[in-house]
Amino acid sequence: MIPEPIHAVLVRYSLLTAFALAGALTWAGHILAEKVFRGRIHGSAIAILAGLVLSAIGGIATGGKQGIADIPIFSGMALLGGAMLRDLAIVSTAFGARLEELRGGGLIGAISLLLGLFVSFATGGAVAWVFGYRDAVSITTIGAGAATYIVGPVTGTALGAGPELLALSVAAGLVKAILVMVATPFVASAIGLDNPRSAMIFGGLMGTNSGVMAGLAATDPRLVPYGAMTATFYTGLGCLLGPSVFFLIIRTLTG
Amino acid sequence: MIIQGTALLSICLLAGVCTGTLLGWLLGVNADIGGVGIAMALLVLGTEKLRKAGHLGADTRAGISYWSAMYIPIVVAMAASQHVLGALSGGLIAVLAGSTAVAASFLLVGVLSRAGRKSQRTEPAE
Repeated sequence: MIPEPIHAVLVRYSLLTAFALAGALTWAGHILAEKVFRGRIHGSAIAILAGLVLSAIGGIATGGKQGIADIPIFSGMALLGGAMLRDLAIVSTAFGARLEELRGGGLIGAISLLLGLFVSFATGGAVAWVFGYRDAVSITTIGAGAATYIVGPVTGTALGAGPELLALSVAAGLVKAILVMVATPFVASAIGLDNPRSAMIFGGLMGTNSGVMAGLAATDPRLVPYGAMTATFYTGLGCLLGPSVFFLIIRTLTG
Repeated sequence: MIIQGTALLSICLLAGVCTGTLLGWLLGVNADIGGVGIAMALLVLGTEKLRKAGHLGADTRAGISYWSAMYIPIVVAMAASQHVLGALSGGLIAVLAGSTAVAASFLLVGVLSRAGRKSQRTEPAE
């Protein structure tokens, strides 16, 4: 489709190809939001959805795990959208954040973190139980996956869960991340997600970094630093509490 | 100089992630606990210090704010490199475990953010 010499250039300069593609998607999202949806859907939300569609196409085409980035000319998307530059961009948003808002949210942030982890383990574990799992290791591992796709395998590995369970917990975490990305802008006004304080609560309860970042970006980018401030503690705290406190609670419940 | 803003931002993130990773290591967890949050606090404090000392020029600020302006395209690239098919590979149980957790958490966001507002209104003396 693309002549080989040009293909080679696009691969060699893959980060620039990624800048161009991400720019085109973002621009197209904003045009669509303005002309077709007349401002009812945020342009960023459309661009993020388009990104997810591309990642599914990439997955189908290559069978890989990095979405569109598994196609060589788009490999720069994994660098541009990877943890390093993503975290750099998140931290830079704190430059415009109000320190007093961040400080004032300390207690409610901590409460929402603990509550968020507890609720995810409980609902994920309950679903596992409904599907016939009765042992504490399986229930905890699937519950941990409902926290984030990192907490799941870390907890499962610590408890000695098998590879199928680990894959299941990663899948549950991916469902969560993608659902938060897509659904947040649509439920934002119903749950009062329109101020720094509720963004901190949102970050703590959801915890999935990618989901929280994309969800807030599509809702109101000014809320990003507040959601990031709490969400950043979620995965680490989940890895800490999953194989210890939550496993002990679930083992007691399952007898 | 514009690089000073980007350098400051990078140093804050590196310091934050190192601290978060050390914190995890001390607690026996192979994960970063709060690295991005620590980095954000460092950046806010660092830029405040520079501003007071008169060293936070327009160029330095631009070296930071460029990256916050790049936030949306970076998130779009992140969405495009997700393992979307992996989410479906776990079947119904993974879809239900993930989505009930999300639904319950959304409900709690509404409850917690309203609860706080109400108590602020009823206890103005605090």
